[in-house]
Amino acid sequence: MKAVKLTLWQIRYTNKAYWRNPAAAFFTFAFPLMFLVIFTSLLGHGHIDLGGRRTDLSTYYVAAMASFAVISASYVNMGIGVTFQRESGILKRIEGSPLPGPAYLTARVVHSMLMSVLLVVITAAFGWGFYRAAIPSGKSLVFFLVMLVIGSASFCALGLAITVPIPNAESSAAIVNATILPLLFLSGVFIPIGDHAPAWIQWVGRIFPVRHFADGLQAGFVGTTFHWSDVLIVGVWGAVGLLLAARFFSWEPRA
Amino acid sequence: MVDDAATGPNARGDRDYAVEVRGLTKSYGGVRAVTGIDFHIARGEVFALLGPNGAGKTTTVEILEGFRRRDGGDVSVLGYDPGHPHSQLHDLLGIVLQSSAVDPYLTVEEMIGMFAHFFPHPRPVGEVIELVGLSEKRSSRVVKLSGGQQRRLDVAIALAGDPELLFLDEPTTGFDPSARRGAWEVVKNLAALGKTVLLTTHYMDEAQYLADRVAVIAAGRIVAEGTPATIGGRDQARPRVRFRVPAGTRPPAELAAETTTAGIITFATDDITRALHTLTTWAIDRGVVIEGLEILRPSLEDIYLELTGEAAGDSSQPVGSVAGEAG
Repeated sequence: MKAVKLTLWQIRYTNKAYWRNPAAAFFTFAFPLMFLVIFTSLLGHGHIDLGGRRTDLSTYYVAAMASFAVISASYVNMGIGVTFQRESGILKRIEGSPLPGPAYLTARVVHSMLMSVLLVVITAAFGWGFYRAAIPSGKSLVFFLVMLVIGSASFCALGLAITVPIPNAESSAAIVNATILPLLFLSGVFIPIGDHAPAWIQWVGRIFPVRHFADGLQAGFVGTTFHWSDVLIVGVWGAVGLLLAARFFSWEPRA
Repeated sequence: MVDDAATGPNARGDRDYAVEVRGLTKSYGGVRAVTGIDFHIARGEVFALLGPNGAGKTTTVEILEGFRRRDGGDVSVLGYDPGHPHSQLHDLLGIVLQSSAVDPYLTVEEMIGMFAHFFPHPRPVGEVIELVGLSEKRSSRVVKLSGGQQRRLDVAIALAGDPELLFLDEPTTGFDPSARRGAWEVVKNLAALGKTVLLTTHYMDEAQYLADRVAVIAAGRIVAEGTPATIGGRDQARPRVRFRVPAGTRPPAELAAETTTAGIITFATDDITRALHTLTTWAIDRGVVIEGLEILRPSLEDIYLELTGEAAGDSSQPVGSVAGEAG
């Protein structure tokens, strides 16, 4: 019970520090909207066939950028932010205090999930206002929220896991981006992947969690069929990330 | 959590000691970092571990803090075994790590407040800020503080939980002289509050100024222990008198003085009062002018160099150039 109270208290400090780090806040909040404007201007005219439904490309990008925003706020933010805190000795210091280390990290994860929800709300509102994109409602809203919560939690866990092979603060952004950017492209987040894409790209999408997550959010925006298998696969990835982090996570600076 | 009885303070630990260490050993991949250390720290005492880099100071302290597991020996910290982490023990400790560890985006006040909240009986944040002399910076973000101020914030964070025992691992390394003085006053204040302090340092003057007792550690073991004034037989070493007299004059033979280079004369004595009387009476009677008269005792630094040099000489782990200078 004490740990829960301490975790909730800690979220306040995580939030304060988060908004005062201009780089982090800018990247997570400005990038998705900026990309949305750029992609819809460049590629967003016309329609796309999604599961037999004719969909505006601009709506497609509203859903895709919502996925991108969540992944930035969870996986990228955790991977880079936690590595910096590890290397600066803050995590070691927490480990030597009465606050259980996992409570401290849980506060960061919960905060990232809250930021994810906020980002999706902003992206959806922006899409609705400027591109007349639909907003998830009714039954699809429930599915949508399930995928959002499981997805952001899972990508946070994967963000914790990726800190394990990162040797120092300087290389954290490079390693985190090198692991996620190719996947974002190969999972259709930046450029729609049609049925005629090479088989290996389709397989990358099936194996890794990004496409499943993006499809799940897309179902909420576009009204395509929602697959529980998408939630399951994303959740399994998250569970594996959590296990790896629990086993190999370092509280002390590596460099 | 499950077995509170087994994790509570043990009965055999001496209540008067905050820290007891017996036969402590630790190796890293076959390299022996700590090779059998014994010491104890009384409650309310400021104890300094003095030694060169790589001597095993930080390894020892981090074992006591619970960051490292020991290979062998008995360790008791406030009656607990730090090899088995207890949240009750963490409630009683204040830890300042060797490198600063602060969140750049929080303010001084927030940073201290955040840590204070983890403890059952925190000290008021304003009081802690006052104690380390950061009152004017209380609303400044950490990123705006100087290195010395960040270090003082480190100490403030360690004080936030009103700990019984404080670990300060090289608290003033990299400070300029005035910042060091400031930090020393902070530690003096802590001692005045009755806190037990374990300090590591490689500065002789720091140990001398702050510590009630000093242990000199070199190549993984303690080579001397005592008060700064008596360590290494410092108080028993015979004082030496040194002076200059005009060329051709010879001081009284009973002083057994010898002339060194450049006309400087020195002698050692057990009875400094009588020796000085003999010398000055002789000078006045003969009308000799004595210049540059000094009475020399071995400084803590002399003793330290001698001790750490000896340890380095018979060890596989060299401690640098100290050995050559000690002779």
